[in-house]
Amino acid sequence: MKDLYRDPRAVAGLLAEISAAAAGLGRGATSARLVRGATFMEGCGTHTHAVAAAGLRRMLPSNVRLISGPGCPVCVTPVDYLDRALALASRPDILVLTFGDLMRVPSSTLSLEQARAAGANIEVVYSPRDALARARLLPSVQVIFLAVGFETTVPTIAAALAEAEQIGLDNFLILPGNKVMPPPMAALLDDPELGVDGFLLPGHVSVITGWHAFNFLAEEYAASGAVVGFTPSDVLRGVVGLLGNLNSGRPGVENFYGRAVTSDGNRTARKVVERFFEPVDAVWRGFGLIPGSGLGLRSQWSDRDAATIGVDLPPPAEPPACRCGEILRGKIDPPECPLFAAACRPENPVGACMVSSEGTCAAWYRHERWTGDRR
Amino acid sequence: MKARDRLLLAHGSGGRLTHELIAGTFLPALDNPYLSLLSDAAVLPELPPGRPALTTDAFVVDPPCFPGGDLGYLSVCGTVNDLAMAGARPLWLTWALILEEGIEGDLLRTCTAGTARAAAQAEVQVVAGDTKVVPRGKGDRIYAVTAGLGVVPPGREVGDHRVRPGDAVIISGPLGDHGATIMACRHGLTSDDLGSDCAPLGALVEKLFAAGIEVHSLHDPTRGGVLTVCNEVAERSGLRLVLEERALPVRPQVRAVSDLLGLEPLSLACEGRFLAWVAPHQAELALEVLRPHPEGCQAALIGRVEERGQGEVPVVLKTEVGGLRPLDLLSGSDLPRIC
Repeated sequence: MKDLYRDPRAVAGLLAEISAAAAGLGRGATSARLVRGATFMEGCGTHTHAVAAAGLRRMLPSNVRLISGPGCPVCVTPVDYLDRALALASRPDILVLTFGDLMRVPSSTLSLEQARAAGANIEVVYSPRDALARARLLPSVQVIFLAVGFETTVPTIAAALAEAEQIGLDNFLILPGNKVMPPPMAALLDDPELGVDGFLLPGHVSVITGWHAFNFLAEEYAASGAVVGFTPSDVLRGVVGLLGNLNSGRPGVENFYGRAVTSDGNRTARKVVERFFEPVDAVWRGFGLIPGSGLGLRSQWSDRDAATIGVDLPPPAEPPACRCGEILRGKIDPPECPLFAAACRPENPVGACMVSSEGTCAAWYRHERWTGDRR
Repeated sequence: MKARDRLLLAHGSGGRLTHELIAGTFLPALDNPYLSLLSDAAVLPELPPGRPALTTDAFVVDPPCFPGGDLGYLSVCGTVNDLAMAGARPLWLTWALILEEGIEGDLLRTCTAGTARAAAQAEVQVVAGDTKVVPRGKGDRIYAVTAGLGVVPPGREVGDHRVRPGDAVIISGPLGDHGATIMACRHGLTSDDLGSDCAPLGALVEKLFAAGIEVHSLHDPTRGGVLTVCNEVAERSGLRLVLEERALPVRPQVRAVSDLLGLEPLSLACEGRFLAWVAPHQAELALEVLRPHPEGCQAALIGRVEERGQGEVPVVLKTEVGGLRPLDLLSGSDLPRIC
């Protein structure tokens, strides 16, 4: 069956709508900035990836800009989380299991990948269930899963914890590091210098939370959001919607991913999460502390919380010249960071924005270095 | 070695058990006059006219048995295909094994049979071998290291230095079947219709030459896939490759596994496909030559070579929806993403 959402004619049609809407920007708008163009932030790493894979960014009119926000779970994981993971992995009675894209994130010392090569007990798994299976195979080892990711991922982690409880698997723990999306968006919008005119909202996070979870953008900040899926047509449809909001002067949050996202989301998933997790304050790399933005284990599950295991940690060391924080907040583009494409490259990332293929700098490095290129 | 027996360290010691292993497992499967002499080196007849070509390869595939092949079958295909990509006709192979103490006899027999089957298909002989056994835990079941000797017929010159602007980039069949199969195996995703494309390519390549096609360069997209090979050719030739996403043949099952595991078909290994850079006016003829054969029935024109200007990206993909996307070399291994 032909993929309707990747149909070149549908995409061309949406681009024509975007061009027409972009031409209307600034007329009648109150903001002088809009005369120059619109900047939309995608708050989801998978959107960064999808846009890059289709080459969409350069198909947009020159006055419509897409920038990446803090929706890359790898990019926002703070240094001390990785330091703790490394310290745990160096103990002979512990096995640390992680999603693959955490392996190359720099800590205060080594990345997990470098530490593994040096003999640390670290393995990559595809899902928390794989981690559960490892724990069953290794009863004398404490198996610790690095719980990183947003609302899409947390239910699977909670489900793994539920299963561990059910079968009495005491050696399965997590190192809590999950985060939720609305608080950093509010933090971004609290910044008067933020130059973002609307958000492309994470489609799969919204499957869990329901898209009404993002209504606060319009209600409290007079900002616009479009919940979109991950195909080229989906993303462009959202851009059309956001431009419409701008041109009409009426902010709003709309769901363009109706085939997967409902207003209320997945209550069953949220119930499992609530059984094990509660909101906690969390540090976001590049942002600092954002209240209520993380998920920690409730106190009755402290036996499964690897953060309670005492380890020696090095003093946290963020690379001094790294400007990931400003990149994550959409303040600068990667080429404005002195390390970009010089000391900081995908093979040797200094900051987290370069590590994950969804990070702004990695995506820019791979897809935007078109010096002297033809279109 | 009897059925259900496990390999012992003593099988690698050179003594009686080693001789039993060779006589009982390897020789019956790989039988030829050179190997059966069991001398320290195989003394071969004079080479046919042309320039000798020599290649070496190591095989550590995990799992060693997978839908569509095994490490043994793969080891011969990989070696003869390297020779074919240099424009050589493969003749003789060596086959050295590093085996882990404790592996089951069935695994060794399966891989040996695979080697024999591939050698017969590719019309080559395994003329020298070696066996080492390492203690349990010091290896991963079975590793194989090969060398392959062939001859490039007189007058034939294949290499990236011959690639020219305007050349057509042709692939002999769908991308990524082998890589997708291996990744699927590792994650317990099985399917009746997903198997490795592992196959010897020499005969198919010779059809191109026999038809008078001006073949400038050949590469099999193994480790790192089509993406890596194209970057290497662009780098070495100083030219630019433009690929058409719409033209890339990818089986739906490979697409499904890739989507599920967060992988890209362009970066998945193929072990029975080749990329050919041919003179532009002969692209259609090349496809007509390949398509009647089962291994080439889905051959496709997937791109063209262009001049590369200062600072321009070496490999570019015209995406399905009309965008342009630079295809960079992979940095490190393809890591599965969180969400």
